[in-house]
Amino acid sequence: MNNLFVYCEIEDGVIGDVSLELLTKGRSLANQLKCQLEAVVIGHNLAGIEKQLFPYGVDVLHIADDPRLAPFTTLPHSSILINLFKEEKPQIALMGATSVGRDLGPRISSALHSGLTADCTSLEIGSHEDKKVEKIYDNLLYQIRPAFGGNIVATIINPECRPQMATVREGVMKKEIFDAKYKGRIHQLNVAKYVSNSDFAISVIERHMEKSRINIKTSPILISGGYGMGSKEGFQMLFDLASVIGAEVGASRAAVDAGFCEHERQVGQTGVTVRPKLYIACGISGQIQHIAGMQESALIISINNDPAAPINKIADYVITGDVETVIPKMIKYYKKNSK
Amino acid sequence: MSLNILVLAKQVPDTRNVGKDAMTAEGTVNRAALAAIFNPEDLNALEQALRLKDQNPGTTVTVLTMGPFRAAEIIRESLYRGADKGFVLSDRAFAGSDTLATSYALSCAIRNLGNIDLIICGRQAIDGDTAQVGPQVAEKLGMNQITYAEEIQSVKNDIIRVKRRVEKGIEILEGPLPMLVTVNGTAAPCRPRNAKLLMKYKYARIPNELQASNEDYTTLCNSRDFLQIGEWSVNDIVCDNSELGLSGSPTKVKKIENVVFQAKESKTFTASDNDIESLIQELISNHTIG
Ligand SMILES: Cc1cc2nc3c(=O)[nH]c(=O)nc-3n(C[C@H](O)[C@H](O)[C@H](O)COP(=O)(O)OP(=O)(O)OC[C@H]3O[C@@H](n4cnc5c(N)ncnc54)[C@H](O)[C@@H]3O)c2cc1C
Ligand SMILES: Nc1ncnc2c1ncn2[C@@H]1O[C@H](COP(=O)(O)O)[C@@H](O)[C@H]1O
Repeated sequence: MNNLFVYCEIEDGVIGDVSLELLTKGRSLANQLKCQLEAVVIGHNLAGIEKQLFPYGVDVLHIADDPRLAPFTTLPHSSILINLFKEEKPQIALMGATSVGRDLGPRISSALHSGLTADCTSLEIGSHEDKKVEKIYDNLLYQIRPAFGGNIVATIINPECRPQMATVREGVMKKEIFDAKYKGRIHQLNVAKYVSNSDFAISVIERHMEKSRINIKTSPILISGGYGMGSKEGFQMLFDLASVIGAEVGASRAAVDAGFCEHERQVGQTGVTVRPKLYIACGISGQIQHIAGMQESALIISINNDPAAPINKIADYVITGDVETVIPKMIKYYKKNSK
Repeated sequence: MSLNILVLAKQVPDTRNVGKDAMTAEGTVNRAALAAIFNPEDLNALEQALRLKDQNPGTTVTVLTMGPFRAAEIIRESLYRGADKGFVLSDRAFAGSDTLATSYALSCAIRNLGNIDLIICGRQAIDGDTAQVGPQVAEKLGMNQITYAEEIQSVKNDIIRVKRRVEKGIEILEGPLPMLVTVNGTAAPCRPRNAKLLMKYKYARIPNELQASNEDYTTLCNSRDFLQIGEWSVNDIVCDNSELGLSGSPTKVKKIENVVFQAKESKTFTASDNDIESLIQELISNHTIG
């Protein structure tokens, strides 16, 4: 009762990264709250799925396994969660801010009349004093998220209603194995008890999912280009530098919008959050929506011909100059000095 | 097959163009300094509705918006593009609504409209970026939902077929009407205003606008039904008042902060060969690269 729940997404038998990241965060919040971490997996052919989940510190794993539950459709998954939450009364429920989590979350919050905060960038535990009714709430979930196009950061709380629900984007939280040998308990759900036939009114006629080949999240060095790269051809320079020093290429939204590269490379509030060892920002001005996705990089280099570009304020090294001049020189001197 | 379609559209501050003067000294957003626009994805939603109307003679497209009186502008913009009629739901009682209280108020208003076959929303509004109101309205009305739609491909014999775009690919779904669909920004853009419709609906007003304005269109509007945009207050819907506004909102804003990034002490270089080489050497020697 009153534990912390994470809804886990699954595709081709693999639990989504966003869910593992939430379990990692959930584990530390649960420790702080001294409650248990529970995970819910809904789908089909789920035998052995616990092997992917227990190492993240899951105490109880709820499994709903039925051929009708995969691929994901809204109503069966939401019915299971709604009914399970009515039984288990979680204090907190987290899900990915993905097309699944953001389809499911609001339905559940509506049915349970509980607050839901979308797209949180940080989750903390804290207290709250309501001066009007002179009441102090302890151990609330602070749901922290950017608002107004990233121009402000708001801390949202749900003092009265449970569960306190939040969605978080992939890449925002860190994923970390808690204990490779951790063993939780499995709770197999009797699916028929949780869904009704009318939940299956929507059918999936076709489905084409691609495994993304681009993964800018895990690369220790990320070279990102912005609108200042000028063109798709200009962007090629970044791929050249990346192949020489062993890096991945990222981008700002302006560069993606201009068609310089694929959307999967976008870093920032509406893209991926990255925290590489080295981030090289090339021709990026550094608007808050971009910085929100890369400020935790261990070392930041900015290459910009405008010495007053905002990104320079958070950079460790600032190179003032044209990308067209600087990047070929970086390639040249790396080749000369390495080994 | 003629359809009864409802589009939910919101007037939003243009958060994509937030200038310096849009922030107050206390770090809150000065909404008055931001232009109010038609939420971009709601225009995509309207276009899907208008396409169904083109294909299915006899279809009516109604637009409902909840907001201040000036949100009547959203209804006029919709009429200029081909919508048939619209309603503005406006009342102080709705102030401070979070998505749950908003969807509750909207769902109560929707019950006023009789049998709706299809509700089309934008995926999300750019002021909050929550994408919650659509699914919450669906839940409150006991409807099925299809989110992230890129195209409503067909509606035949009460079955709707929708192509949706999600992170890693596309899906085609089918389900029975009534249905609520939320539409992505990747869907077809909305058609421009039609010159004839612009002439026809230029003076369409809600009663409040007629009262507040010093130009007098009252006689004109009263003589032409199509110029009357519906205006509803909390008294025009059947609802439980405790579910509205601040009291009906489980989420509370505890704190708002301006975004300020900690400036770092940075080392500066020029683009000279010397500078670049010494930087590269430094990065190699401290094992950052290589
Ligand atoms: C709700 C919302 C969400 C957003 N989400 C994101 C997001 O996730 N990620 C993101 O990146 N943005 C996001 N944005 C957009 C963001 O506000 C900025 O518009 C964007 O980051 C700007 O990209 P940029 O720095 O590449 O382009 P610009 O701001 O145009 O900057 C170009 C820079 O290149 C420099 N430059 C030009 N030519 C050269 C040259 N030859 N050599 C060197 N430097 C040069 C210029 O001095 C300038 O600093 C979002 C905006 C909103 C409203
Ligand atoms: N006040 C409102 N009036 C009408 N429609 C709304 C309102 N708020 C939200 N919506 C609809 O719900 C969608 C999602 O909004 P949001 O949950 O705020 O991101 C919007 O794109 C609109 O279609």
